[in-house]
Amino acid sequence: MTPRRVVRRIAASALIAVVLAFFAVPMLWLAGAPFDARPGLGLRWPDWTLANVRATLAHPYALTSLANSVLLCLVACAVTTSSAALAAYALSRVRLPGRDALLYLLLLLSSVVTGTAAMVPIFVLMLQLGLIDSRLGTALVLAGGLLPAAIFILKDFVDAVPRSYEESARVFGASAGQVLGHVVLPVARPGIAMVLVWSFVNAWGNFLLPFLLLRDVGRQPAAVLLRTLQDEGGSVNLAVIPVFSLLYSIPVVVLYVLVDKRYGFRFHGGIKS
Amino acid sequence: MWRTTTTAPRVVCCLLAVSGLLTGCLGRTREADPTRNADAKEVTLTIVANAVSGGKNARGADWITNWVIPRFTEAQRAKGVAMTVRFEQNGAGDEDFKTKVALDLKTGGGADVVELDGIWLGEFAQAGQVRPLDEVVGAAEVDAWDGWRQIPDAVQGLGEFEGRRYGVPMGTDGRVLFYNKKLFAQAGLPVQWQPRSWDDLLDAAAKLKALPGVWPLQLNAGTAMGEATTMQGVLPALAGTGALVHQDGKWQGDTAHVRDVLGLYRRIHRDGLADPVLQQEANGRERSFALFAENRIGILLESDYFWRSVLDPVGGVARMADRDTAVGWALIPARRPGAGVGGQDFVSTSGGGVRVINPDTRYPRQAWEFLRFLNSAEAVKSSLAGTAQITQRQDVNDEVLAGDPVLGFIADRVLPITRYRPPLADYPKVSAALQQATADVVAGREPEQAARSYREALVKAVGEDSVAGG
Amino acid sequence: MRAADRDAAGLGPVRAFGFLAPALVLIGVFLVFPALWTLYIGITDYQLTGPAAVQPQVVGAENFRTALADPLFGNSVRLTALYALCSAVIGQNVLGFALAWLLRPVRPGLRRAVEGLVLLAWVLPGPVVAYLWFAVLSRDGGTLGLLLDRPATAWLVEYPMASLVVFNIWRGTAFSLLLYTSALAAVPPSQVETARLLGANGWQTVRDAVFPHIRGHVLTNTLLISLWTANDFTPFLLTAGGPNHESEVLPVLIYRQALESGQLGYASAISLLLLVGNLLVALVYLRLLRRRA
Repeated sequence: MTPRRVVRRIAASALIAVVLAFFAVPMLWLAGAPFDARPGLGLRWPDWTLANVRATLAHPYALTSLANSVLLCLVACAVTTSSAALAAYALSRVRLPGRDALLYLLLLLSSVVTGTAAMVPIFVLMLQLGLIDSRLGTALVLAGGLLPAAIFILKDFVDAVPRSYEESARVFGASAGQVLGHVVLPVARPGIAMVLVWSFVNAWGNFLLPFLLLRDVGRQPAAVLLRTLQDEGGSVNLAVIPVFSLLYSIPVVVLYVLVDKRYGFRFHGGIKS
Repeated sequence: MWRTTTTAPRVVCCLLAVSGLLTGCLGRTREADPTRNADAKEVTLTIVANAVSGGKNARGADWITNWVIPRFTEAQRAKGVAMTVRFEQNGAGDEDFKTKVALDLKTGGGADVVELDGIWLGEFAQAGQVRPLDEVVGAAEVDAWDGWRQIPDAVQGLGEFEGRRYGVPMGTDGRVLFYNKKLFAQAGLPVQWQPRSWDDLLDAAAKLKALPGVWPLQLNAGTAMGEATTMQGVLPALAGTGALVHQDGKWQGDTAHVRDVLGLYRRIHRDGLADPVLQQEANGRERSFALFAENRIGILLESDYFWRSVLDPVGGVARMADRDTAVGWALIPARRPGAGVGGQDFVSTSGGGVRVINPDTRYPRQAWEFLRFLNSAEAVKSSLAGTAQITQRQDVNDEVLAGDPVLGFIADRVLPITRYRPPLADYPKVSAALQQATADVVAGREPEQAARSYREALVKAVGEDSVAGG
Repeated sequence: MRAADRDAAGLGPVRAFGFLAPALVLIGVFLVFPALWTLYIGITDYQLTGPAAVQPQVVGAENFRTALADPLFGNSVRLTALYALCSAVIGQNVLGFALAWLLRPVRPGLRRAVEGLVLLAWVLPGPVVAYLWFAVLSRDGGTLGLLLDRPATAWLVEYPMASLVVFNIWRGTAFSLLLYTSALAAVPPSQVETARLLGANGWQTVRDAVFPHIRGHVLTNTLLISLWTANDFTPFLLTAGGPNHESEVLPVLIYRQALESGQLGYASAISLLLLVGNLLVALVYLRLLRRRA
C-alpha cells in the first residue's frame, strides 16, 4: 500500500467510527432510562432498578395495547405486501396505458390521505362502513395509505427480474400462477421483505387514525397508549414511558432481524436504474 | 398471505352501500322526543371521558369503572332495568380528544354522556352538536333535580351557554401565586407574603434574582404552552387591569388593558426575572414544575392542581417532600389595589369540566338519571378517593376541603372573586393570538408592536366588528 | 422498455386485471375516495365546531388566497423546502451513498454492525425516537451538550431547524444506504477497476465509473426520500413547530390548523398546496429520468 492509500484507509475508518457513534449515541437512553430509579429526559448513568418494569407490566393496558399493535400491523402489512406484490407484477409485465402517471398520482394522493386533513372523510367513511372500533377496518385504512409507495418500490424490483426466467419457465409449461409463485416471487423476495418491514414500521407508529377509529381502550394500539401516559397537566409518566418505549420497540427490531436473517435485508438488483 | 382477494368483494359491496348513505349522512334531523324509550327494560349507556386507567386522569377513570358502573347498574337492576354502562376511555391531548368528540357528535354517533372541558361548550352548542338539557330531557325533569341547589351559581355557569343549561359541571379550580418560602427567607423576604400590586410582585421577584441558580417568577408565556399561557398568564393579568377578554360583545383588541398585560411580560423578561428559553420549549410547563420542586423557581402562578397533583409528596408529578412547610400561596394582585375587574384588589381565573347528554342518545331519560347519579353527593365524595378537590357540590366541599389549607383558601377566598373564560366558539382563536403576542414580547418585541400584530391577527380570526379598541 | 412490455409471463389482460384488483379496490376505497373528498373540503369553510360547522359553504379559492397571503404559510413552505433539501436531498443521500461506498471493502462483521445500527434508527417507532432525541438535545444533561461542553444549551429552542435536519438524517439514512448498497453491487467491478488502473482517485471513480450506472437509483431515491421528508410529521413531536413558528413545517402547520384551530377547510387547502408542491418535485424528477433514457 502506498502511504496515500494508508492515510485514506485511516480516514475512511475514522469516518465509519464517527458514523457509528452518531447512530449509536441516541439509543443509549433506551438502554439506561428504563432501568433507572429516577429516569429523566436526559442521559445519565442509571441507579439500576427493575421497579419501572414492574410498574409498566402492572399497567392495565400496556400489554394488551402491544398485542393490538401486533395484530393491527400484521394485517396492514400482510394486506399491503400481498396486494402490492400482485399489482406490481401485473404493472411490470403488462402494458397498461398511463401506467406510470397513475402510479405517481397515487403516490402523491397517499401523502394527502395520510395527513391530518383527511380525518373527517376517513372517519365518515368508516362510520358508514360500520368499521368504527374495528381493528381490521383500521388496518385496511392504513394499508390504503401505504399501498402506492409499496407498489412503487416493488415494481422496480420486479422490473429487475429478467424476463428470460419467465419465458423459460413458460417453455416448460408452467402456468402464470406457477411462474409468479416459483420464479418471480423467489427472485423478488428481498424486495418483498423490504416492503414488509417498511409497511409494518409505518403502521406501527401511526397515532391519529387508530385514535380516531378505535373507541375501546382495550383495542387501541401502543402508539395511542404511549400518548396517554401523561397526566392532566401534560406531564409524562416517567416511570412507565421508558420501559414501554423499550417494549414498544422490540417487535419492530425482532421483525427486522427475522426478515434480515431469512431474506437478506437488501435490495436485490436494486430499484431499477 | 393472499387473503385480500377474498376480502375484496366484500369491500366492493360495502362501497356500493356507502355511496347511497353518504349523501344523507350529515344532514339528519334529530329525534326530538325526550321521552323516547323511557320505559325500556334493557338499556345500554356509554360515557366518554378524557381519562384512562393508568394514564391521564387515572383516578377519574378508575372511579367510573370501579364505583360508578357497578353501583349504577345494581340500582337499576333493583328497579327491573337491565342496564349496561360502557366507558370509552381516552388519554389524549385535549385537542385530539375534542376532535374525536366533535366527529362523533357531528355524525350522530358517540357516547350518551360526554365529559367536556367547559370552555368547549359554546362551540359545540353553536354547532348544534349539544342541545340545552331542557330540550334533550324535558324542562320539568331537569328542574326537578334537587342537586342544582348544591351547586353554586358561579360553578353552574360552567355548564351554561347564553343563559341556558347544557350540562352539569364537574367541579372547578382557582388560580393563585405559589411561592417558595425557603427562597423567600434566603432573599430576605417575609415568608407570609401577599403582594398588593404588580409592583409588589416584581419587587419580590427582583430580590429573588440575587439568589444564584434561581428564576424568580414563572408567568407562562408563548405558544408552546398553549392554553396554559392564556389561563395561567394572560387572563389573570388582564383581569388585574380591570378587563375581561370578552366584554360587551367584543374581544379585547389593541386596548390599553392588553398593552398593560404585555408591558408586564416585557418588564419580567427585560429584567431577566423569568427564563425566556423555558417559555419556548415543547415541554416547558413540565420543566417549570420540576424547577419549582427543586427550589429553582421562586413564584409560580398555577391552579390548585399544582398543589394537589404536581407537588404532592406522595403521588405528585414533581414531588416536593417538604411541600407542606416550604410552599406558600397568595392571591393574585390586580395591577394596583382596586384596579382589578369589578374594582377588585385581587383576581383569579377558573375553569372546569362539564358533563353533557348527547342529543342523539336513544335513552335521554336514562342518560339524565345516570348524570344525576354521577352528581349525587355520595358519588362526588367517592370520586375524590380520599383526596381533596373543589367539587361542584357545596355539601361535599364543606366536608372535604376543611382538611386541605390550599383548597379551603381557594374555595373561601378565590372562588368569590374568580372569572371564567367566555365559552364562545371564537375563544380558541383569540387565545392563540394572545399566546402569540406574549411570545413576541418574550422574543424582544415592544408591547405596542406586539399588541398591533395581535389586533391584526384577531381581526382576521373573528372579524373587525367583534374587536374592541383602536 | 420495449422488452419489458412484452407479456413474457403470459398473464393476459384479464388475469393482469385480476392481480391489480385487490390493490385497486383498497386504494379506491381507502385512498382515492377520502383524498378527493379532502380536496373538496379544501374549497369550503368546513369547521368541526362552532357556527360554521352547521352548514359548510363552498368558498371557492378563498382558502388558497388566504394561505398564499399568510406569512405563516410562506414561512412553512420555506422551512419545508429547507428541511427536505438539507436533510433528505443532501443529508440522507450523501451519507447513505458514502456509507454504502465506504463499507464495500470492510469486514462483513463490522459492515453488518454499522448497517444494523443505521437500520435500527429507521425501524424504531416515531414517538420513541422523539424521546431518544429529547435525551440527546435536552439542556439538563443532554448528550450533545455534554459532548460539546455546552450542557445548558437548549438545542431544540436555539437551533430548531438544524436539530431537525440532523435528526432526520439520523432517522432516514437507512433507506438510502440500502438502496445504494444494492445499486453499487450491480455496477460492473471491471469498470471500477479500470478507472483505478487509469489513476483515478476515489471521487473521480465515483463520478465517471459509478455514477452513470446508478443515476436512476439516485433519482428514485431522491424523489422518495424528499416526498417522505416533506410530509413528515415527526418534527411536531420534537419541537411542536416552535419556538415561535421557527420549525413549523407544512405537516405541522396543517395539524395545528386542523386540530388546534378546527379549520378543516383551510387545512385541506394547505394539504392540496403541499400536494401541488410534491407534484412539481415529481415532475422535475420525471424530466430528469427521461433525459437519461
